[in-house]
Amino acid sequence: MKLNDIVSALELKVITGGGAMEQEITGAYVSDLLSDVLGNSQKGQLWITLQTHINIVAVAVMKEIPGIVFIGGRLPDKQIINKAESEGIVLLASPLANFELTGRLYQLLNQSGELPQ
Amino acid sequence: MPENDNFETGLFFLTGGDFDRAGEASSELRKVLLSKDISLDIIRRASIAAFEAEINVIVYATAGMLRFTLDDKCLHVVVEDMGPGIEDINLAMQEGYSTASEEVRAMGWGAGMGLPNMKKNADEFLLLSDVGIGTTVELVFYLKPKRIKTL
Repeated sequence: MKLNDIVSALELKVITGGGAMEQEITGAYVSDLLSDVLGNSQKGQLWITLQTHINIVAVAVMKEIPGIVFIGGRLPDKQIINKAESEGIVLLASPLANFELTGRLYQLLNQSGELPQ
Repeated sequence: MPENDNFETGLFFLTGGDFDRAGEASSELRKVLLSKDISLDIIRRASIAAFEAEINVIVYATAGMLRFTLDDKCLHVVVEDMGPGIEDINLAMQEGYSTASEEVRAMGWGAGMGLPNMKKNADEFLLLSDVGIGTTVELVFYLKPKRIKTL
């Protein structure tokens, strides 16, 4: 599913990376532990987190994660936004809590047949 | 100088506590690897393992360095630090065990997965540590499938 369609269906706020909305998203990984994401996320998955520490961008680059979604209305600071911009990582935000946002995204991807059955 | 297209070496200095620059060394290494004829799977594994090793220096040590050597056969990454050393290597290798501070955990690190992630991603993993002196991690990645001869 295209990132664009996910952003509009879930009413995500685009913080940076508006030019990279045509990317295919195959799933998501939900975690606030950076080594967990380094170890277990898959390429092409969105990363859902409340973690707003600067190192998230480096983790996303290493794991070829196209975008990070901040939940619960959390927003990254300018330093993170600048780094994400220079590395080509899309930053998104939702006011929803983790459970609700993840549930909606799962439903969306499942309905579009993206998820392995 | 060996005659091959892949040959390259690099050296990066790491500063303990400098989280703003954490990942720069392994990111540079990743860029070098991407510029070579190396499979993406190997690049992914090497980047993750090098990043975890780099983070450990920043989390625990005063200073350290990351060196790499690349040739036709393998990528060799050595990360050594001046740090507290590891008291019990077996315990440190257990997933979930960590001695990181609350401050470091709040940043999302210190989940006790760094060393296991390095081991999982590298083809060869060597951990040497002297308490009170420092720690050295060696990571080897084979660029070509290794032929294993069964005796």
